[in-house]
Amino acid sequence: MVDTILGRKIGMTQIFDDRGVVVPVSVIEAGPCIVTQLKSVETDGYIAVQVGFGEIRPRLVNKPETGHFNKAGVKPMREIREIRTEDTSEYTLGDAITCEIFQPGMRVKVTGTSKGKGFAGVVKRFHFHGGDQTHGSMVHRKPQSSGATDSARTFKGTRKPGQMGNKQVTVRGLRIVRIDTERNLILIEGAVPGSDGGLLTIQRLPQR
Amino acid sequence: MALGRQTILDIERAEIVRSREIWANNENRRREQDAKEKKRPDFERVTVEERASLPKFRSGDTIKVFAKVVEGDKERIQVFEGVVIAQNHESARACFTVRKISHMVGVERVFLLHSPRIEKIEVVRYGKVRRSKLYYLRGKIGKATRIKEDRNATR
Repeated sequence: MVDTILGRKIGMTQIFDDRGVVVPVSVIEAGPCIVTQLKSVETDGYIAVQVGFGEIRPRLVNKPETGHFNKAGVKPMREIREIRTEDTSEYTLGDAITCEIFQPGMRVKVTGTSKGKGFAGVVKRFHFHGGDQTHGSMVHRKPQSSGATDSARTFKGTRKPGQMGNKQVTVRGLRIVRIDTERNLILIEGAVPGSDGGLLTIQRLPQR
Repeated sequence: MALGRQTILDIERAEIVRSREIWANNENRRREQDAKEKKRPDFERVTVEERASLPKFRSGDTIKVFAKVVEGDKERIQVFEGVVIAQNHESARACFTVRKISHMVGVERVFLLHSPRIEKIEVVRYGKVRRSKLYYLRGKIGKATRIKEDRNATR
């Protein structure tokens, strides 16, 4: 059985657990992911299940991809990802992977694309303290020194202004609070990367 | 792709109902326990409907909140009496802030309106105020914090 599913972040809310304690949760529409191709050692050199997720109008899918979906005999889908696994024998093309592969209480890791912050300075990007705003300081939000002078160069990895966010982020160890198989919803405790509507991959972690 | 903001609202609406069920279940379990230990001779089950009828109140009203507090493995009910200075009506996340003066120190507590931890709410006094957020009370003490009573209050 695969341990990963694709999902779409819907938003956040809070729910009560059985003791009446409030739990903040992210609501994720997870699956169903439709199997589009099975990768095998003979043909591809590795084993994986290729799955698609999300509705899309057929007009928006290009011809090569349409052909790929037709070959699998499934409707066109917005996203295609591969899930590595040991054994694909239990899956055939067109099978649906649903959120039933998870149980409430399981620990998972969630991968998504974080919200883009644009080209950010070091105060925002790396939490530099910045200088005084007044008293003639002239150093408000500047990065200041980028290293010692005797090396005569700036070392790789020195923290500088640049693009912040809009990159892949993984959060590990999040707990699944609730599963709604009817609506394909997963409620995960805490925040997950990215904006509402963003694509997420949810993978089961080794359970304690 | 029909799921969106509405899905969240649906979950929250279901959560209000669920919180009442949790409350009723816990209450029934406690009463059953009490009846077994002969603490209370008559044993009545509470219904979810009873829970749904919390009194209506607004900013400026003085209310008593009976909140469950967990201490170790014991649960007891703590009463917090004070003036409602703010309310938030966001579906299942609705909450209200109660302010009181305790030992000369202002104490504010935020309660979740739909929390199963809230046993009951009593309105002590209706207040007549001209704004919904009474944050101005924070800077004042004694006479200045008085709120006119609304004798013809209809909530």
